Amino acid sequence: MIKLASIGTIFGRQSRSIAASDPGLIVPPRRSDLNRAPMPALAYLTPWLSIVLASVAPGWLLIASAPLMPPVGFLTLLGWRQLHPGLLPVWAGLPLGLVDDLVSGQPVGSGVLLWSVVMLVLEAIELRWPWRNFLVEWGVSSAIIASYLVMTGFFANGVSRPDWLLVIPPQVVLSILIYPLVARMVAWLDRLRLTRFRVTRFKFMR
Amino acid sequence: MPPPVNRRTGFSRRAQYNAFIGYVVGTIGALVGAGLLVLHTGDGTILSKLRGAAADIGAPGARVTATARSAGSRLYAVVAGYIVAGTENARLQREVTLARVRLGQVAAMVDENRRLKAQLHLVASSSHPVANAWLIASTDTSTRRYATISAGSRDGVRSGMPVVSPLGLIGRVLETGQKTARVLLITDSESVVPVRRASDGIPAFATGRPDGLLQLRLISLGLNPLKPGDAFFTSGSGGLYWPGTPIAVVVSLTHDGAIGRVLGSPADSEFVTVQSIWNPVADATLPPPVAAEQRGKSRK
Repeated sequence: MIKLASIGTIFGRQSRSIAASDPGLIVPPRRSDLNRAPMPALAYLTPWLSIVLASVAPGWLLIASAPLMPPVGFLTLLGWRQLHPGLLPVWAGLPLGLVDDLVSGQPVGSGVLLWSVVMLVLEAIELRWPWRNFLVEWGVSSAIIASYLVMTGFFANGVSRPDWLLVIPPQVVLSILIYPLVARMVAWLDRLRLTRFRVTRFKFMR
Repeated sequence: MPPPVNRRTGFSRRAQYNAFIGYVVGTIGALVGAGLLVLHTGDGTILSKLRGAAADIGAPGARVTATARSAGSRLYAVVAGYIVAGTENARLQREVTLARVRLGQVAAMVDENRRLKAQLHLVASSSHPVANAWLIASTDTSTRRYATISAGSRDGVRSGMPVVSPLGLIGRVLETGQKTARVLLITDSESVVPVRRASDGIPAFATGRPDGLLQLRLISLGLNPLKPGDAFFTSGSGGLYWPGTPIAVVVSLTHDGAIGRVLGSPADSEFVTVQSIWNPVADATLPPPVAAEQRGKSRK
């Protein structure tokens, strides 16, 4: 905490509030970063915008005749939640799930319900097992991804014709394998988010 | 990784309340989702408007990727064409000579058809295109099969209109936005299309399967007369889809019908045409239905 506070005072009030909300800023700044602070808009909006874009954009890439693509929006939500617990509020599943529902072809409400429940489940897991490494996170998200995809299939089709269950396993395997890539992408976005773009002034320069 | 420091509420009442309210709102979110699910199965007009608005907002980006996708598939076709050019050329020339003869026969049949229809005082009716559009997006993560096209209510597209590609039927319009429309593809499990076999007109229903194929169910039960390679066309019965649109080719047989491969596969189509709705009842040129007592007499 002492380290955090000292960085905050050097880089002005704005950067202090971002730094306080974010353990990522403990890294000491490089020489080119001196006099600069992260942009608040970028720092706060990047997670939300990236998840929305990841929900919407995959549908543009191919006109599929079977469920082929992993649910990239959902994977990005998991990625942000596991990289930075507390960066997205617990209720983030409500708006983000709604956006995903509007474009994903699922009945509206399926994403809202499942994304909200997943945020609560991850919160509970964090309280129970505070110390985790990436393998544990991957295992947890694998279980969540598998149950998520089965539940989306159930909400979209019901149980009257259960032949949709046959197309779920390939998608589950693909989604689990692609999750580390998504997590790396989220980590890259996180670095971009906290890049010190905004020029600040020292007090003695005024 | 150690748990982040800022997650501990400590003795701060404010932080404790904030964490608690977060949980409460998260739970409310889950309940709202469950409520929306129930609402959706009942009535979904507000939600469909929301969906239309979302598709309209995303349309410009989707248009860009649609053009890129079409360019990419064309590039692939060019490269593949170089590799198989020689054998392909020879085969195509043989096919063209055969097809020219068939074309002559078909032209004669069309002419005969026209004369017979004239004798019956039937005016030839054909679909008129409402709009041409790009296929700009699809639901490739969900088990439901919807696509978005780049024409909406502004272009005269209405709910229920059939959507075809040059190769065959794609689906029908479900909801319209201002600039986009949502299409229920024929491979969706909720889609049912009345079809008949091209060779002899055996009627069947084509329903979508989750793996992107079609289940063809024969209406008349009994021995399964279908063979792999049989082509199916829409029959137009019940209205909506125009008769004679190609839809599927049989790939394998089941006990009550067959599994068909979609001809106008949406994955290969870039441009689609929205047709007007086929409404045989409203067609004034059809002869009037026979009166009830007349029908009774003819049965005796």
